[in-house]
Amino acid sequence: MICIEHLYKIFGYGTVNEKLALQDVSLTMHPGEFITIIGSNGAGKSTLMNCLSGVEKTDHGNIFLNDINITKYPEHKRSRYIGRVFQDPMKGTAFDMTIEQNLAIAYNKDKFRGLQKGISKKEKAFFRERLSLLGMGLEDRMTQKVKLLSGGQRQALTLFMAILVNPKLLLLDEHTAALDPATAKKVLDLTDQFANSKDLCTMMITHNMSDALRHGTRTILMDSGRIIMDISGEEREKMTVEKLIEQFEIQNDRMLLK
Amino acid sequence: MTITAILDSFELGLIYAILALGVFLSFRTLNTPDLTVDGSIVTGAAASAILCSTGHSPLVALLASFILASLAGAVTALLNIKLKIEPLLAGILVMLALYSLNLRLMGSRSNIALTQSNTLYKSFHAAVQSNYSSLILGIIILSIATLSLYFFLNTRLGFALRATGDNEYMVRASGVNSNLMKLLGLSLSNGFVGLAGGLLAQYQSYSDVQMGVGMVVIGLASVIVGETIFELFTKTVPLLIRLLAVSVGAILYRLALAFALSCGMPATDLKLISAVIVAIALSTGVMKDSFLKKKISFTSNSIKPAKDGESYDMH
Ligand SMILES: Nc1ncnc2c1ncn2[C@@H]1O[C@H](COP(=O)(O)OP(=O)(O)OP(=O)(O)O)[C@@H](O)[C@H]1O
Ligand SMILES: [Mg+2]
Repeated sequence: MICIEHLYKIFGYGTVNEKLALQDVSLTMHPGEFITIIGSNGAGKSTLMNCLSGVEKTDHGNIFLNDINITKYPEHKRSRYIGRVFQDPMKGTAFDMTIEQNLAIAYNKDKFRGLQKGISKKEKAFFRERLSLLGMGLEDRMTQKVKLLSGGQRQALTLFMAILVNPKLLLLDEHTAALDPATAKKVLDLTDQFANSKDLCTMMITHNMSDALRHGTRTILMDSGRIIMDISGEEREKMTVEKLIEQFEIQNDRMLLK
Repeated sequence: MTITAILDSFELGLIYAILALGVFLSFRTLNTPDLTVDGSIVTGAAASAILCSTGHSPLVALLASFILASLAGAVTALLNIKLKIEPLLAGILVMLALYSLNLRLMGSRSNIALTQSNTLYKSFHAAVQSNYSSLILGIIILSIATLSLYFFLNTRLGFALRATGDNEYMVRASGVNSNLMKLLGLSLSNGFVGLAGGLLAQYQSYSDVQMGVGMVVIGLASVIVGETIFELFTKTVPLLIRLLAVSVGAILYRLALAFALSCGMPATDLKLISAVIVAIALSTGVMKDSFLKKKISFTSNSIKPAKDGESYDMH
C-alpha cells in the first residue's frame, strides 16, 4: 500500500520563479490498483512521480510504502521497491551495454553488488525465458547492445526491467508518448499485462484521455498541483472523454486533440 | 631508428598503457573528463621513489603509488559529488593541489634519483638475466592490470560502474548509488595512473615533480589511437579488445615519439612533438568519418546504375 499525505513541492523558493508544483496532495493506493493520471501541461503530474521516486525532495508531507516512511530515502534506495519507465526511451537503459547486461543490472536491484560475476548462466536462461513473453524477439538478441534497439523495443525492455524484481510501485511517465501509434499500443498492452498483478500499484501519466479511461482501475485528474478528480469503479465506467471535458472545462489543446 | 630506441619505446609504452587504462576508465567508462591524472601520476612516482630510496620493497612502493593516487581521484570525485564542482574543474583543482603535495611527499626535492636503490626492474633483471627483462616485466604487469580491469568490469559492481557512465538515470532507477560509482570509478582510474607513475619512476630510476605535464593528453591519445585502429576492422569491439587497443595505442605513441627524435628533433621539443602527435591522433576520428563518407557516397554511386537497368551486370 502506498500512502501520500499532504505533499507539497515548491520549485525556486523565494525567487521570482517560485512555483508551487504540488499543493496538499494526498492519495492512498491499494495493492493491485492501476491509476491513470491526466492533467494539462505543468499540472504537476511528473512532479508527483518524481517525489515518489525520490528524484525530487518534498517540501512538506510524507510518503509511506507499506507503512514505512520513505520520505527521506534517497532515490537509489527507493528504487528497490519502485520500478520506473521514463518518457524518453534513451533514459531507461544503458545504451552501450547489451540487453542481458541491462537486465542483470535491473535484476540485482535488491542484491549486494560485489565482485560476483555480472551475469550468471542461470540468470541468462531465466532472462531468455522471461523476455520471450514480450513477443518482440528480444530473447534472440540478448548479447546485442541496447543502442541497436528501436524506441519501442527500448521502452518494452525498460518496462520489463522495471517489473523484473516485483516492485511495489510502478511509475510510468508518458512512457508511450515518443512511440508511433502501433508501437504505443503494443507497449500499452504489455503495461496492462504486467500491471495486472495482485500486489503491484501502478501509476501511469498519459495525455490521451481515452487511454486514461480505458486502461487501469482508477483515474485522477490534476490541475495546478492539486488532485481535482479521483474516480474509480462504476463512476469511472460511466465516464467518457466528452463528459470529462465538459465537467472540467479542460482547455488543453494537446488533450483535446486525442 | 635503432633497435634500442624501438625496444625502449615498447618498454615505456607498456608502462604508459597502464596510464591509458586509467584514462580509459574515466573518459570512456565513466564518461567523465578527469584532469587529476597530471598530478596523480607524479604522486605515484613520488610515492614509489621515496619508498624505494628509503629501502622499502619496490612492490610495496607500487602498492603505495596505487593507493595514494586513488585517494587523489577520490578527492576529485568528492569535489564533484558533494560540492557540485564540474569534473573538469575539480580535476584541475586537485592537480594544482597535488603539485604542492607531491613536493612534500618527495621531501621538498624536485627530483629523486633511484640509481643507488633497488627497483622492481633491477631485481627482475637480476633474476632473469636477459636484455629483454624490462620488456618481459612490462608485459607481465600490463597483462595483470588489463585482465584484472577486464574481470572487474564484468562483475556486478563493474556492470553498475559501466552503466553509470552510460546513463545515470537508469542506474539510480536500478537501485545503484551513482555517486558511489563515480567515487569508485575515479579512485580506480587514478589508482591505475598512480601505478603507471610508480613503475615509470622505477623504470627510469628517477622521479621528477614536473613529469606529469601533459600525461592526461598522452593517455587520451593512446585511447583514441587504439580505438580508431580497431574500429577500422569491426564495428562492435568487445570490451577485452577495447582494453588491449588502449595498450596498442600507448605503444604506438611511444614509437611515434622515438621516430620523431630519431629524425633529429631535439629532446627539448618532446612536449611539442607530443602535442602534434596527439593532435593527429585526435583528428583520426574526423578523418575516419570523412573516409567513411567517401566510402558511402562511392557505394551509393555504384548502386545507381544497377537500379537503372540490367546493364550493370554486363560490365
Ligand atoms: N526542476 C524544476 N525546476 C523548476 N520548476 C519546475 C521543475 N520541474 C517542474 N517545474 C515546474 O513545476 C510545474 C509542474 O511541472 P510538471 O513537470 O510536474 O508538470 P506535468 O504535469 O508533468 O506537465 P507535462 O504534462 O507538461 O509533463 C511546472 O510549472 C513546471 O514548470
Ligand atoms: Mg510531465
